[in-house]
Amino acid sequence: MGELRAYAALLGAQWRSLLSYRASFLVEMVTNIGATALDVVAVFVIFRATRTVAGFTLPEAVLIVSLSSCAFNLADFTVGNIDRLKTYVRTGLMDAVLVRPLGALAQLVLMDLPFRKALRLVLAVGVLLVALRLNAIEWTPARVLLALVVPLAGAVFFGAIFVLSASLAFWWVDSGDLGSAFTYGGRDFTAYPVPVYAGWFRTLFAYGLGFGFVSYQPALALLGRADPLGLPAWAGFVSPLVALVAAALAALVWRAGVRHYRSTGS
Amino acid sequence: MDRLDARVPQISPHRPFRESLATFGALARSGFQRYITYRQATIAGSFTNIVFGFLRCYVLLAVAAGADGGRPAGYDAAQLTTFVWVGQGLLTVVALWGWTELADRIRSGEVTADLLRPVHPVIGYLAPDLGRAGHAMLFRFVPPVVVGLIFFDPYLPGRWFTGPLFAVSVLLAVVGSMGVRFLVNATAYWLHDARGPLILWTLAAGVLAGLYFPLRFLPDWLAVTLWVATPFPGFLQTPLDVLIERDPPPVQVALVGLQACWAVALLALCALVQRRAERRLVAQGG
Repeated sequence: MGELRAYAALLGAQWRSLLSYRASFLVEMVTNIGATALDVVAVFVIFRATRTVAGFTLPEAVLIVSLSSCAFNLADFTVGNIDRLKTYVRTGLMDAVLVRPLGALAQLVLMDLPFRKALRLVLAVGVLLVALRLNAIEWTPARVLLALVVPLAGAVFFGAIFVLSASLAFWWVDSGDLGSAFTYGGRDFTAYPVPVYAGWFRTLFAYGLGFGFVSYQPALALLGRADPLGLPAWAGFVSPLVALVAAALAALVWRAGVRHYRSTGS
Repeated sequence: MDRLDARVPQISPHRPFRESLATFGALARSGFQRYITYRQATIAGSFTNIVFGFLRCYVLLAVAAGADGGRPAGYDAAQLTTFVWVGQGLLTVVALWGWTELADRIRSGEVTADLLRPVHPVIGYLAPDLGRAGHAMLFRFVPPVVVGLIFFDPYLPGRWFTGPLFAVSVLLAVVGSMGVRFLVNATAYWLHDARGPLILWTLAAGVLAGLYFPLRFLPDWLAVTLWVATPFPGFLQTPLDVLIERDPPPVQVALVGLQACWAVALLALCALVQRRAERRLVAQGG
């Protein structure tokens, strides 16, 4: 109970600090909606130049980008702040986190819960609903369940990627933007159908790292479309499993990282 | 020596232009040296640029493959490849993201030290920024371009003057982007916390400069409006269009001329804002 109160106090402090810079907060919030809108607008602009991308039509592409957008924004809203870990490690602020009798991961997340990102999530869900209407989906109980679970599974997956790429800072303090290649890079990868990519790059990102199961395979399962790359139809239903594996891996690496941490502060 | 004074004649007579040039050079050099020390971040950043290069390149190649005649908005596949990879290289050179130094100094009050220096604050930030851009040109521009050359089939410019024109265009892009970054950071004089404007700039710069998709994918009226009414296309789209020879020579030169107009206008605006801000800073008491 006391622990919960402590978390609530952290959260409340965040909220108050936000309200003291009101103009900046408003601009930030509006911009954040813009950023999500942009992911979708980019797809529309791309389809102005061509009618199909790798054999996929605009409504199909919007479904894929909206699944990706929901998953990414939910993860970014909840654990996205973890990517500040490198700053905390470099400045020694991580010490203060570790000496408190609360979970390190939860504290880091609550140290800067991005309220400004909340509306992004609403927009992403809205686009997903529109995309589900745009495509003529033959609804079955399995597909309804899939449509509900996929954004959550994708969020768990992206959350794991956020934690994994942030954990890098425990071993490599100056890793800089390296993590973005997998967090934001993963978002961009999942925004388009996998057949867009080619060669070893596709194999690595889609199957090696598992990004193919965030939006592309589930979208195929929802649409009842065969995978041009030859994966069976049930591949769309394994995304929760992939997410759980990623989360377990992230938990392991995070623990190893916290144990490995040596303060740099003086 | 038409003025008589008590000083001993010097071998090198007092030449304000040459001295300010020397100061400018020293500041630029210090900017270069500062970034030399961030070796690991340079490697990590290049890796990320390269990953995004693959992502964007494949998407644009798929667009080219699907478009009528294989030329979306007048670009062929090879031109789009060069567009993406050189764009990834230029990203750090023009520094669209992540420069919050002035805003941080304003918030902490350290900016008062800038006013004590015998250099105009705008110049005091421009010169090291050119040094930083020089460093980025050597260490951040080359890796993505090389990777693009190895794994893809990019367009190589054919006109003899494209190279020099591209160099001028990149220089103007750096000056213009520094101007806007200075202005965005300077909002901290009034807002104290420039996070909002900074994130707005990050978003606007990426889209309107042509990072996410070539601006010519947009309807013509919109693309032209962006080019003339905003400085953003000058940060990436113009240097890239110049390099891949998207337009006939006169248009190529005209686009760079437009960039130059914007660079001058932005620097003038910076100087104006700085003058206003200095009064504002005094009002706060420092």
